[in-house]
Amino acid sequence: MIRIANGQGFWGDWLEAPVRLVDGGPIDYLTLDYLAEVTMSILQKQRQADPQLGYARDFPPLIGRIAKKLQDRRIKVVANAGGVNPVACARAVLTAAPDLKVAVVLGDDVLDRIEELLDKGYAMRNIDTGEPLAAIRGRTLSANVYIGAFPLAEALATGADVVISGRCADAALVLAPMIDRFGWGPQDWDKLASGIVAGHIIECGAQCSGGNCQVDWQNIPDLANIGYPIVEAEPDGGFTVTKHPGTGGRIDSHGVKEQLLYEIGDPRQYMTPDCIADFTSVHLEDTGPDRVRGSGVRGAPRPPMLKASISYDAGWKASGTLVYTWPQAIEKARMADAIVRQRLAQLGLSFDEIHSEFFGVNACHGPVAPPVADPPEVQLRIGVRGSDKRAVERFTREMIPLVLTGPPGGTGYGEGRPEVRQIVAYWPALIPRDEIRTRVEVVK
Amino acid sequence: MKVPLSRIAHTRSGDKGDIANIGVIAWLPRYYPILLREVTPERAKAFFGELVKGEVDRFELPNLHAANLLLHQALGGGGTVSLRTDAQGKTLGAALLAMEIEVDERELAD
Repeated sequence: MIRIANGQGFWGDWLEAPVRLVDGGPIDYLTLDYLAEVTMSILQKQRQADPQLGYARDFPPLIGRIAKKLQDRRIKVVANAGGVNPVACARAVLTAAPDLKVAVVLGDDVLDRIEELLDKGYAMRNIDTGEPLAAIRGRTLSANVYIGAFPLAEALATGADVVISGRCADAALVLAPMIDRFGWGPQDWDKLASGIVAGHIIECGAQCSGGNCQVDWQNIPDLANIGYPIVEAEPDGGFTVTKHPGTGGRIDSHGVKEQLLYEIGDPRQYMTPDCIADFTSVHLEDTGPDRVRGSGVRGAPRPPMLKASISYDAGWKASGTLVYTWPQAIEKARMADAIVRQRLAQLGLSFDEIHSEFFGVNACHGPVAPPVADPPEVQLRIGVRGSDKRAVERFTREMIPLVLTGPPGGTGYGEGRPEVRQIVAYWPALIPRDEIRTRVEVVK
Repeated sequence: MKVPLSRIAHTRSGDKGDIANIGVIAWLPRYYPILLREVTPERAKAFFGELVKGEVDRFELPNLHAANLLLHQALGGGGTVSLRTDAQGKTLGAALLAMEIEVDERELAD
């Protein structure tokens, strides 16, 4: 049995979590998932500005902080902290922790190959809309293929203490140690699918151990000290999800079910680079306090295509807020919204979308929100987006003047003019597996 | 009698592009048939009204006594494009808990 802990569900997750996982009890592997879809484009821009950047900058200091314990207790780290520059990330790790052996997995970055792949006749249609990539030719900002667990396992096999990848399937970070330690082969579909299911359960960190959980949430113990999840993986594919003793949070089958269903499509065909996992086959059982066992997972052969995460420049956006108070807060906010829209129209500005929300009334739930009477305060939030940056900039001048020129009692503009931000949109597409060659390097 | 969905199930929601997904999990195995009977794709779509511009798909997970709803074109373009506060649909699962379902009192009795 091996213990694989996940200490980061996204870049920006709790900084203390990985350290506590190392300090709080036995683990063999520490995985850290840093990359969301849009993170890649941010990192690509950072690399363009400075060729030594483009990776998760929280990662090297973290490894520096825990390096001695990693070595003393032979804990291996597997992280996609490399972003679009895994080698630079590895060098920074070696600066922070010179005694560690660091390996990188390369080959996921295909930004420089987009034209070549288009010329070869791959349409790289948007999986969601069906549009061919040619529609946004010249506007791509990053392009990365989700690689699977086998290249990560190959990197572990070099004896590295720290394995750094760029874009990989999130659950692959957790599957890789199982492949490395148990010697699973590329056609052990059921075992690979078990590892993927275990990985999916812990890839969002504490979201399977009591965080964001609806089940009796008021009574989940000590969320301030929430324990991040650990998978105890067995050579036959069975696994137990648990956490260190004495930590907060809660692990039970209801919470694990919530996470199993999180951000999935067809549960019978959870697609990964290594296999297709059938989430309707997993059997869950509460086997003790903060212990849930998973077994019986079935898998199917890996798909011939790999998913690519492409990001592109999709214009500009800004959003601004103002607060109105009782009496008739809703009516005041609605009038303010109408005035802004009329002024924008009179200026002849056009946008792809103007979206207004009324916090305290229906901002998140829209038409489903239960009706409220006369609330003490309402926050108006207006957002615009479009391809004309000047129009979006002009909008940012139209919120604060309402304080003196609109309905009475407008306040809450303390942050000043809204910020204009570039929209980096996400384009999921498929690329034939044969086009992608990964390789492992030990960085000196 | 009419009860809110929260009486028989809990939820978690998230996003994939402009698609929101809601995992709906029965509190007890014997509530699962009620869940399937009451939370149909059509009723979920009608419940959310203009919030969901596209269709609603439903997948069944009998092993977990749960269903997965996919709400298409439900996030104002999704991800970074969306102007919504809840661009990732994190709160849509909670919204669904208020959906009224029709149950026989005996179905809920212990």
